[in-house]
Amino acid sequence: MTIARFWRETPQRYNLGGAKCTVCQTVYFPPRSVCPSCAQHRQSLGRLEPFHLSGEGEVVTFSVVHDAAEGFEMQVPYVLAIVRTKEGPQLTGQVVDVDPSEVKIGLRVRATFRKLREEGKAGVIHYGYKFTPADEWDGRPDGRSTPAPVASEVQSAPVGGSASA
Amino acid sequence: MEAGIVSYGAYVPRHRITPTEIGKVWGVDGAGMGLGLNVHRKSVPAPDEDTITISTEALRAALIRGAIDPQEIGALYIGSESHPYAVKPSATVVAQAVGATPNLTAADYEFACKAGTAAIQTCLGLVGAKMVRYGVAIGTDTSQGAPGDALEYSASAGGAALIIGRERVIARVEDTVSYTTDTPDFWRREGQRYPSHSGRFTGEPAYFRHVTECANRMMERVHSKASDYQHVVFHQPNGKFPQRVGKQLGFSEAQMRHGLVTPYIGNTYSAAALIGLANVLDHAGPGERILMVGYGSGAGSDAFDIVTTEEIATYDRSFGPPVEQYLHNGVEIPYATYAKFRGKITMGGE
Amino acid sequence: MREVAILGVGMTKFGELWDRSFREIGIEAGFQALVDAKLSSGDLGALYLGNMASGSLIAQEHIAPLILDYSGLGAHHLAAVRVEGGGASGALALHEGWLAVASGAHDFVVVGGAEKLTDVPDVEASRITGGTADHEWEAVFGATLPGLWAMVARRHMHDYGTTREAFGQVAVQMHENGSKNPNAHYRNRLTLEAVTHATPVAEPLGMLDCAPFSDGAAAVVLGPMERARKFTDTPIRLAASQVACDSMALHHRRDLTTVDSTVVAAKRAFAQARRAPSDVQVVELNDAYTIGALVALEDLGFVEKGKSGPAFLAGEFARGARVSMNTSGGLKAQGQPFGAVGVAQAVEIVRQLRGEAKERQVSGANLGLAHNLGGTGGTSVVHLMERVN
Repeated sequence: MTIARFWRETPQRYNLGGAKCTVCQTVYFPPRSVCPSCAQHRQSLGRLEPFHLSGEGEVVTFSVVHDAAEGFEMQVPYVLAIVRTKEGPQLTGQVVDVDPSEVKIGLRVRATFRKLREEGKAGVIHYGYKFTPADEWDGRPDGRSTPAPVASEVQSAPVGGSASA
Repeated sequence: MEAGIVSYGAYVPRHRITPTEIGKVWGVDGAGMGLGLNVHRKSVPAPDEDTITISTEALRAALIRGAIDPQEIGALYIGSESHPYAVKPSATVVAQAVGATPNLTAADYEFACKAGTAAIQTCLGLVGAKMVRYGVAIGTDTSQGAPGDALEYSASAGGAALIIGRERVIARVEDTVSYTTDTPDFWRREGQRYPSHSGRFTGEPAYFRHVTECANRMMERVHSKASDYQHVVFHQPNGKFPQRVGKQLGFSEAQMRHGLVTPYIGNTYSAAALIGLANVLDHAGPGERILMVGYGSGAGSDAFDIVTTEEIATYDRSFGPPVEQYLHNGVEIPYATYAKFRGKITMGGE
Repeated sequence: MREVAILGVGMTKFGELWDRSFREIGIEAGFQALVDAKLSSGDLGALYLGNMASGSLIAQEHIAPLILDYSGLGAHHLAAVRVEGGGASGALALHEGWLAVASGAHDFVVVGGAEKLTDVPDVEASRITGGTADHEWEAVFGATLPGLWAMVARRHMHDYGTTREAFGQVAVQMHENGSKNPNAHYRNRLTLEAVTHATPVAEPLGMLDCAPFSDGAAAVVLGPMERARKFTDTPIRLAASQVACDSMALHHRRDLTTVDSTVVAAKRAFAQARRAPSDVQVVELNDAYTIGALVALEDLGFVEKGKSGPAFLAGEFARGARVSMNTSGGLKAQGQPFGAVGVAQAVEIVRQLRGEAKERQVSGANLGLAHNLGGTGGTSVVHLMERVN
C-alpha cells in the first residue's frame, strides 16, 4: 500500500473519526458523504459532520485466525472480531491482550492503539485501532467517554437531536 | 515554580517473562540472577506494540483522567532510546493519535534512560514561561538486551505520560536540578541492534555518582533532608541499585516503597522513574513531598522536588488501571514466545 | 426482451494446472462450448469474459481481446469485454451476455470465465482474493476471507444453534459429489471427523471447510430462443438472470448471517421466471466456505432461516433428494478458479437439465438455479435455467 493511501485515512484509523448525519442523526464509520439511512439521500449531501466514536463496544461475532492475513503472521493465532460500538456503527478489528478462549459474543471491549503492519524492515509503520477487553478501569464518569475531538470539529459538531440543521 | 503535574498515565504491556525462564536458555542460574538484580519478572511488549503505541495509551489515560482538551497541548516530547524510527518522530504519531495536532511543537528525546525526565524539564520551562498551556512529557521504552547478556534479564517495556501545566496542578514541581558529565557506561551505536555496556563501570562512576551528586545538589538547593520526603523515586535499572543509593542517601525502605517498580516489571529505561512516580501519585494524598532522581547513561541525572497539592484529593483516577495492577498482573510467556515477539528469531528472507 | 437460450457449454478440468497457461485454458473452454453449440465463429457478436484478477495474478490486464485473438476470432473484430465482480465475475459475465442477447444487441455471444490462481504463491493468492472483501476496513485490520466467513459461522451457531457438524457435512457431501466429476479439483471422499478435526484456518472453520485455489475455465454460448432449435435439440432457456449488491464490508450488513444481496437476487429471479424455490431440482450455489452453503440455502429460499443445519444433516440437499445441491462438487470439490466459477455452475446445471451429467445425473431435473457470490456477499448473481421440451 502506498503511504498516501494509508495516511489519508489517519483520522479514522488513529481516532475512530466517523460521521453523523445531521438530518437523521445516524452515525457512520468510516465517514460517508451521503447518508444511506436517510429517505431522501440528496437531502443528506453535505449534511454529514465529523463524529468521533468512543471506542467502546461489544463483540457481535469473532474468529480465532490461524492462517494469517499478510503481515499478521507473527500474531497467530489472533482474534478477529466485529464490534458494535455504543454509538451504533459496527467495525472489524483484532481483539488483543486476551486469551482467545475467553472471547465470547457479547464481550465488552474498548479501542486501543496498536501497530497494524510494517512495510517491511525499512518501510513505514502503520498504526490504528484494535480492541482489548474492557475492564473495571474503563469507567469514565461525567461524560468523558469520548476521546476529546479536534477543536475545529467541536465547533461544527451537530447538537444531538437537532434534525433541523 | 508555579508549574507542575496536572495529570498522568502509565501503561505496561501485558506479557511477562521471569529471569528463571531466560536463564534456562543460556545455562545460567536465572533465579539467582533475578535475586541478585532484584528483578522477579519483566514486561514484554506484544509484536504490535512499540514506543509509539505505549506512549499513546499512557497519554490517552492522562488526558481522560485530567479531563484535558488535547488541543490545549502546546508541546509534546517523547523520551526513549527505542523510537521505532531512527529518523521520523514518534511524537507526531502520538500527537495525532490523541488529537493534539496541529497547533503544537513536538520532538523525540534521547538520553539513554533519562530522556523522559529531560522532557519534564523542557515542559516545566515552556509552561513556566507561559509559552504553552500544557506540555506533555513522556518516557517510554521497549528496550532490549542482547541475547544472553546480563541486560536481557531486566530490559523491559513500559511508558508514562505527565501533563505539565499551571492550572489544577496535583503535584507542584518546586525545583529541578541536573548533573551531567561525559561518562560512557552504556551506549548503542548507530545501526546496532543491541546496546553495549561497560560492565561494572556502570555502577560507581556512572549510576551512583550521578544519582548521589544530583540528589544532594537538589536537597542543598531547597534546603531539605531525606527525612523531609514521604516518597523517593530513583531511576531503577534493576531493583538493587535504587535500594542501595537510597540507603546511601539516608532514605528508608518505606520512603522508597511505592517508587520502586522495577522488581515487578523490569527496567523500563526512560519510563522507569516516571512509572515509579505514577505509582507514588496513585497512593499520595495532599501535601506529600517527593524526591525524584532520574539517571541516563552517558551520563546525567535530573532531580525534582515535588509536593502534592489539595487538587490530588479530587483528581479522578478512575480511568486506566493503577500502576499496581501492572505490577502484580500479567501473563507469563516462555522464552520462545518472547524471542518471537522481540524479533530475536531470524526469519526467511532476512 | 426476447428469450435467451444456452446453446453450448464447455469447461476445462479444474485444479492445479501447472503445465497450462491462462490463455490455453480460456481457449479450450470456449472452443468446447462453440463445438457443443455447433456454431461457427462467424455467427458470433461478442465475447464476455469473467475474470477477477488477471492483473494481480498473471500481470496481464486487458485479457478479453487476448483470449479473442488466441481463439482465432481476432479477424472478426468482435467486441470482447472483461467483466469483474470478485468471485461472482463469471455469473456477472453471463448476465452481460444475457442482456446483450435478450435486448437484441447481439444474436450469439460467448460467455467465458477463467482464472489462473497457481501462478502466484498461496499467500499472494490469499491476499489478492481477500481483495474481494473491503480492503481498507477489513483486510487492513487482519481480516481474511476465511476469517470473515468464520465470523458468519460463529454468529449462525450463536443465533440458531447450528452445529459444527452441519457445515462440516457440507464438505463431506461436496467431496462425495466431486468424486463423480472427472473435471473436479478434488475427487477424494472425506469423513466428517476429518473435516471437523482438520487444521484450523479461522475458527470455527478448518482447512477442509475452505474451497481450494484452482485454475480453470468454463464457457457457454448464448443465442435467441427462437433460433435455438437450429443448433440443438436440447436448448436450455435462461429463464432468469439477476444481480443484486450489498455493502462490501461484512460488518455493515443488516444481519451478519443473511446475505441480503442473495435474498434479493433470488426473489427477483423467481419473479422473473414466475417460479418458486419448490420448483427447483438442481442448484449450484456458493460453498467457497462450507458455512456459506448453509446460508445460501436459506437466502435462496430452499429452507427457512436458521434451519439449514438440521435440514442439511437430514440429507435434504443430497443428490437426488428434495433439492440436489452442487452435483458438480461445488467450489469445495470441483474447485474455485474465481472468475470461472459462475460460468462453470451454469455448465453443470445445463448438463443436468440436458441429462448429460452421467454418474451425477439427477433424474427429472428440469429447473436449475445457479448462485454465484463475490466476497462475503457484496455481489450476488442468481440464474434460473429451464429445460424446454
